[in-house]
Amino acid sequence: MYDIAIIGAGVAGSHIARELSRYLLDVVLLDGENDVGNQISMANSAIVHAGFDAPSYKLKGKFNAAGNIMYEKICEDLDVPFKRCGSLVVAHDEYEMATIHELYKNGLINGVPGMKILFKEEVHAMEPNLNEDICGALYAPSAGVVSPFELCTNAVENAVDNGVTLKLNHMVSDIEKVGNHFKITTQKGIIEAKFVINAAGVYADDIYEMVGEPYFQLLARKGNYFIFDKEAGNLVNSVIFPCPSKKGKGILVAPTVHGNLLIGPDAEPTEKGDISTTADRLDYVKQNALKNCPSLPFNKIIRSYAGLRNTPVKDTFTTTDGDFIIEESPVKGFINVAGYESPGLTSIPAVAHYVVEQLIKPMIPDIKENHDFNPKVRPHIRFDELSEEEKIAIIKKNPKHGKVICRCETITEGEILDVIHRSVGARTVKAVKKRCRAGTGRCQGGFCGPRVVEILARELNCSLDEIMYDQQDSGYILSGKTKSAKEEV
Amino acid sequence: MIYDVVILGGGPAGLAAAAEAKKQGAENVLILERDRELGGILNQCIHNGFGLHTFNEELTGPEYAERHINEIVELGIPYLLNTMVLDMVEHGDLKVIHVINENDGYMAIESKAVILTMGCRERTSGAIGIPGYRPSGVFTAGTAQRFINMEGYMCGKEVVILGSGDIGLIMARRMTLEGAHVQAVCELMPYSNGLVRNIVQCLDDYDIPLKLSQTITFIHGKDRVEGVTIAKVDERLKAIPGTEEFIPCDTLLLSVGLIPENEITRHAGVEMDPRTSGSVVGELRQTSMPGVFACGNVVHVHDLVDFVSQEAVLAGKGAAKYLKGQLNADVDFTTVNGDGIGYVVPQKVAIKNVDDSVTFYMRVRQVFKDKVVNAYIGDTIIATKKEKKFLPAEMVNFKITKDILAEYPSGEIRFVVEEAKK
Repeated sequence: MYDIAIIGAGVAGSHIARELSRYLLDVVLLDGENDVGNQISMANSAIVHAGFDAPSYKLKGKFNAAGNIMYEKICEDLDVPFKRCGSLVVAHDEYEMATIHELYKNGLINGVPGMKILFKEEVHAMEPNLNEDICGALYAPSAGVVSPFELCTNAVENAVDNGVTLKLNHMVSDIEKVGNHFKITTQKGIIEAKFVINAAGVYADDIYEMVGEPYFQLLARKGNYFIFDKEAGNLVNSVIFPCPSKKGKGILVAPTVHGNLLIGPDAEPTEKGDISTTADRLDYVKQNALKNCPSLPFNKIIRSYAGLRNTPVKDTFTTTDGDFIIEESPVKGFINVAGYESPGLTSIPAVAHYVVEQLIKPMIPDIKENHDFNPKVRPHIRFDELSEEEKIAIIKKNPKHGKVICRCETITEGEILDVIHRSVGARTVKAVKKRCRAGTGRCQGGFCGPRVVEILARELNCSLDEIMYDQQDSGYILSGKTKSAKEEV
Repeated sequence: MIYDVVILGGGPAGLAAAAEAKKQGAENVLILERDRELGGILNQCIHNGFGLHTFNEELTGPEYAERHINEIVELGIPYLLNTMVLDMVEHGDLKVIHVINENDGYMAIESKAVILTMGCRERTSGAIGIPGYRPSGVFTAGTAQRFINMEGYMCGKEVVILGSGDIGLIMARRMTLEGAHVQAVCELMPYSNGLVRNIVQCLDDYDIPLKLSQTITFIHGKDRVEGVTIAKVDERLKAIPGTEEFIPCDTLLLSVGLIPENEITRHAGVEMDPRTSGSVVGELRQTSMPGVFACGNVVHVHDLVDFVSQEAVLAGKGAAKYLKGQLNADVDFTTVNGDGIGYVVPQKVAIKNVDDSVTFYMRVRQVFKDKVVNAYIGDTIIATKKEKKFLPAEMVNFKITKDILAEYPSGEIRFVVEEAKK
């Protein structure tokens, strides 16, 4: 019997698990996927928002700026790439300028530091590649960009290092409240826990309905994105938002923390699980990004993808107003962290702290601190970022850093071996990619893909065709040996 | 130690350039190769058809590579394998190449001359932005070729190929021979991007349909490819609604173009040509940076390795001349692509460096029948190239003798596709 089961190892579940590992509790983190952070947490804008958008009476308004100021610390502890590059909400006319003044006022209420309303000349001095018709902007220096993959994987690793049990490929199919505890049926057997935290992303309403009467519903809204080659990475220095409308924050143009350029997302209701890009939506993203950044080099695109938002919808049985749902549900001992869409990534350090200190702690009167809690993960080697002297030293120490596997991003065999052998080690090609970026460059794994498969097979002591791209069994890469290879055997 | 010539890449271009530089008098030559063996992409090209122009016989890729590797060994040219070049910078007259490998660690190698022979990479599904899911089972044709021919593993059973580049065509045959079922090759353009002989020998002989003016509009399957939707395209290459067809398959191979790998070149500040995505080069493949030469697919994508080797010989000669201080730095002629021509290499010519003739490599923009390519200086046609057919897939080799060029003091040579003038 676990004290607490968390359903969903996305950015919410992983950070709550880590916060819980500060206490002496038996915590299990369940996920239906073959890797942590494999859905919404993997495909999003990767922006750490300043926090001027949401009204202060909403949880989104309360947690955004609060989460934002915690980013230096959490990214230092978890060794996650993070850059406070600032953001601009740009206006094309006086009506949009009026909205910008509203945002500025709201930002002051939410406690967003350092905001400034910029005149035309200031905007163009700061961002020379923006459309000339932009007449002003709201500058928020506290906005930033982060690596969403590492923010999630490293939090799980730290949680596991501090005693949390991680169970992947444990898709939850039923939950039953039996007396004072919960019986969670998964594809790999039954898990029992005294408390449950539902952080199942776009499926959180389905999970809740397994145990309680529905009181909220989540709508999947898809957003398409493009990633550009690093050659285009300097086109903008900060995150460029259009002026927000009722539809949302609009198509942004942003540097990524790794030096690429990102544009997106649109917003379109869809089925849960539908992360397919579509031609018309991709085109919509391009056309709208051009309005603010007319010189986008579309021939430098290296990837397109789509991600989902999980938007709480208002209807007859919902009590929410498009806000996060972070509360103990009507089912006692069952906590929902649902409707956790943007600015969920930004808010998570504050939300995880809130869930543990304000919701869990009162439920467990005899809770004890884990005095062995270590907030830090073992630092990663990022070879490409080292100085010449550091490179010389690291190869001397570990010659595997002298062998570059991913040419485009200069990722060494040493880095790949490290992410395979960490406590939440990579088991798939995609897991390697998420942890150390092998295959994220301009050739998209064309050259390093076969090498990564080979290294995984060697380290996991299996054959090459047992290595999956992503999902267990169904995500196979190779379909058996060739005729001549069979003959040699 | 200061090297005379360091070659960045041990594929066919690097091997031939190194050999020629050495034969022309460069003493300390070094080849740097990032892969685990010399020969480059030839190692995975186990089909035949290489070397018809160079050796007058049909060799496989590894055999062609072996002949050049043997020459390197005989000439006593050293090489470093599994060695990655991180950067190249100018330092006075020298070039400093920062490299790493497991055995020697981090090295800053100094050289008087450098020949860039990094080759090219394949355009990816991400670059062309095919809509749909992003499951396992989407490979560039070259990656599939590496898995099958070098690792000994198949990467699927029911295959659709997008793009009719030569590697795609070769892989259609290769996967068929390995027991896979290749359902179709879809080509966006109204003509193939592969060599005619590959269409005949790799598709027609195996009854694999080539669907021209068709593209893939959706990739199905969340975990592994489950099928693709294909559609016909109009003159603007946009999918025509109502023409969609679903093809169930577990694998999608892409053969949609090759891109010269010039990150080091660009970073070093060498002048680039946006038409080729390679550096601007002269008749001996000298770049804008003195002492730096480039040849092979890193300059422009070739369709036959024989032409890569020929170009590499020029670069090897050029580097040797440079070392002796005999490389003329004039620019007597520049080349321009006129109507119907996509690009021309070399972009510059110094007549004093030319022995007998200059061969200009170029590609036409579309299929031309009963036309000629004329070379103009001003309003004068200085030379004409005749072919029954000019295809974008087949590089045009247009040789112009030194005698003809020498009649003009300098100028712009413009290549144009037009009606044959009588």
